Amino acid sequence: MKTDLLNFTLHLADTHLILGQRLGEWCGHNFVLEQDIAMSNIALDLFGQSRSLYQYAAELQGEGKTEDDLAFLRGERQYKNLLLVEQKNGDFAHTLTRQFFYDVFHLLQCEELLKSSDERLRAIAEKSVKEVRYHLTWSSEWVIRLGDGTSESHARMQKAADSLWMWTGEMCTNAPYEEALIKASIAPDNTKFKAQWTAKVQEIFNEATLKVPMTDNQQSGGKSGVHSENLGFILAEMQILQRTYPGLSW
Amino acid sequence: MVTAFEVWKLLEEVTDPEVPVLSVVDLGIVRDVKIENQEIVVTITPTYSGCPAMNTIEDDIKNCLKIIAPVKVQTLLSPAWTTDWMSEAGKQKLKAYGIAPPVEGGTGMFEQPQVSCPRCESQNTKMLAQFGSTACKALYQCQDCFEPFDYFKCHR
Repeated sequence: MKTDLLNFTLHLADTHLILGQRLGEWCGHNFVLEQDIAMSNIALDLFGQSRSLYQYAAELQGEGKTEDDLAFLRGERQYKNLLLVEQKNGDFAHTLTRQFFYDVFHLLQCEELLKSSDERLRAIAEKSVKEVRYHLTWSSEWVIRLGDGTSESHARMQKAADSLWMWTGEMCTNAPYEEALIKASIAPDNTKFKAQWTAKVQEIFNEATLKVPMTDNQQSGGKSGVHSENLGFILAEMQILQRTYPGLSW
Repeated sequence: MVTAFEVWKLLEEVTDPEVPVLSVVDLGIVRDVKIENQEIVVTITPTYSGCPAMNTIEDDIKNCLKIIAPVKVQTLLSPAWTTDWMSEAGKQKLKAYGIAPPVEGGTGMFEQPQVSCPRCESQNTKMLAQFGSTACKALYQCQDCFEPFDYFKCHR
């Protein structure tokens, strides 16, 4: 059970870290300063949440490792993040749609973790939920603004939704390490989020005049450490300093 | 030995590095002060999960108190920080500094809270961006005096 809890905590931490890293790639490159700052701020919230989770994971592991060891010195197959969050940024529409799909799920998950029987996960969720609610408001507004915008923005949003869809199914699945935790009311049963997630996406997409993709072809594996080709490149960039100069600090 | 009351007084001198008019007490991030076995134990809670000022704040608290007694600073996540814990004095100081203090309401999509311009008091203000110069702020502009300003977001 303790190993399961460690893996689950790492899964949450990795997902937030990798999504934050992706958002951080926009820093200084966004089309308008205000949205550059928005993405950096969302990234910062996600990094903060991942830090709390990595600190907990390090304690659970009990090997004297730190949050930094877990973030910077683990390999690709040890990362348990969702496949969705490691997908490339693409254009603004693509990054935004990825964020929106995740925000809808993240809020459902956070609200459920408020009821977790694990005190520490509950506290981290309590801290995170207000931030996540704000992220979802931001991404929902932009999905509507661009979906129901010009023909160009609409086309880009639809293309983003269509190409990202196959990575969304994994969110509402359970990894083997979650099964026992679900029984112990520590982790939420992700399959139960499916209906609410779809309903929320449908609601915002309707307002945005976008079509919810219908394909059933879904990829999974990230939660168990089997990733798309993207993750290795992300880790290479993120970890190069600690790999080249072990123990380096500011 | 120093008392908890005296420590609270001293903490009023420790300010937020990003918003230097606010003390850590005004901000509501100091949750508890205890004196245990000749050691000062200060419990703080972060504003936002990723607030980069938290490490500096922890160091500043230690530096402020270490001349009196050994200090331990511990972080508590629950109950989660809310702007409801910001003192009235803190809100006034923010406004005088040019940052609009938090107000309730207007948190839904395409909504905004009714924020007064900290310069001319006009209610005719517009949100320019939901995110601002720090995690705790959003960017506004007054539609009467046209001055852009920071708004300290209501976080609850």
